[in-house]
Amino acid sequence: MRLHISTKDPVPIYQQIITQVKHLVASQRLRPGDEVPPIRVLAEQLLINPNTVARAYRELESAGILTSKKGSGTKVSLKGNTLGLKERLKELSAPVDSLLVQAHQLGFTIEEVIEIVRERNSLFRALQKEKDQSDK
Amino acid sequence: MINDTDSDFHKNVIEIKGLNRKFRKKTVLDNIDLNISPGKVFGLVGENGAGKTTIIKHLMGLLKAQQGSVRVFGIDPVKDPAGALSKIGYLSEERDLPHWMKVNELLTYTKAFYPGWDDNFADELLETFNLDPAEKIKNLSRGQKAQAALITALAYRPPLLLLDEPSSGLDPVVRRDILSAIIRTVADEGRTVFFSSHLLDEVERVADEIAIIHRGKIILNGSLEDIKADHHFVHLRFPAPLDEPPDLPGILSIDSRYDEWIVMCNGNYREFCSKAKGMGCEIYKDTYPTLEDIFVAYNEKNRSASTGAA
Repeated sequence: MRLHISTKDPVPIYQQIITQVKHLVASQRLRPGDEVPPIRVLAEQLLINPNTVARAYRELESAGILTSKKGSGTKVSLKGNTLGLKERLKELSAPVDSLLVQAHQLGFTIEEVIEIVRERNSLFRALQKEKDQSDK
Repeated sequence: MINDTDSDFHKNVIEIKGLNRKFRKKTVLDNIDLNISPGKVFGLVGENGAGKTTIIKHLMGLLKAQQGSVRVFGIDPVKDPAGALSKIGYLSEERDLPHWMKVNELLTYTKAFYPGWDDNFADELLETFNLDPAEKIKNLSRGQKAQAALITALAYRPPLLLLDEPSSGLDPVVRRDILSAIIRTVADEGRTVFFSSHLLDEVERVADEIAIIHRGKIILNGSLEDIKADHHFVHLRFPAPLDEPPDLPGILSIDSRYDEWIVMCNGNYREFCSKAKGMGCEIYKDTYPTLEDIFVAYNEKNRSASTGAA
């Protein structure tokens, strides 16, 4: 698992970890059942406080993305996202809002934004397929 | 009641109350209060000469409090230096080591003072740092000296680490080694670390709690997470251009760019927003500042405040 932490980024470090792990899971570079590094190992690798890693893992667990069992380490959940619809909508609103602000400032209409989202999605899917095939 | 305060006292690994210090007529520490609970990594941030080392010297019992009190594990380090120092691993900024000794002689020598010395751990660190035990200390590079000094501070697994500018003046590779050794130490349960630094990047990476010291005064103290969450960077746009900065609560720094004001604020953010909106202002960008932004804003603010008073 390769993560990059930047202190130039105003986003708190634990939040950077959460976002990147979510991204790795969404793009299937981390798959259900894959093990993530133990807290101490990741802390030393990223040169950050172990409490920060622990906090990120805790939040990823309560979001249903990771599961941990005593003795068997922390793994990517098998069942995927276990959040309710309300929480998932809430989670998605913030990035959508910032997308809308950007789009407005750059002079895109909502129809154009939707079209761009579609295009990016097919690109994303295509990359995923490629990855799947190269794994087999 | 007395018993209550007594037991509270020992809950904190470090407890500094109303500490004042003058060197001749110059105030170096001005009414310092600091409490650090077990298991925390505490970063003391400040410019050179702000008073960081003077605080650490009080914790080591190298300086006696002129006013106020200093306790480490409930012990007064001036009255009971042996009791306090046996619990502290100390890395001084000067890394003053006996230059005529070899590395292994330094370790044997230090070991004699500490019954809890862990040979395996010392060997492990020697290996990690790639230090030759037969090398004379005077022949070591600056980074290697820092590593040797760090081994002597870590190898008896003290419950408190006091590190004065642990990676100042070191190249990035050695800095990495030192930081990772510190992180490994922290991961051992219950260990407390107090370190001073002017490198905000490393403070942000490893600290749970921080204090900013400016000319002998603590001007900000709290958990890094709370501090980051309490400060906002907002871009404001007013219906008509303003000649003067707007009067809004909690402004730390304000800057104008084109037709907008870039503001860093802290405290009651909701009140800030409602006041700004009441002035017909549009808030269209809201981010968190980095620790460096916060540090610079506080230093600037306090500097202009003290020159304003003079």
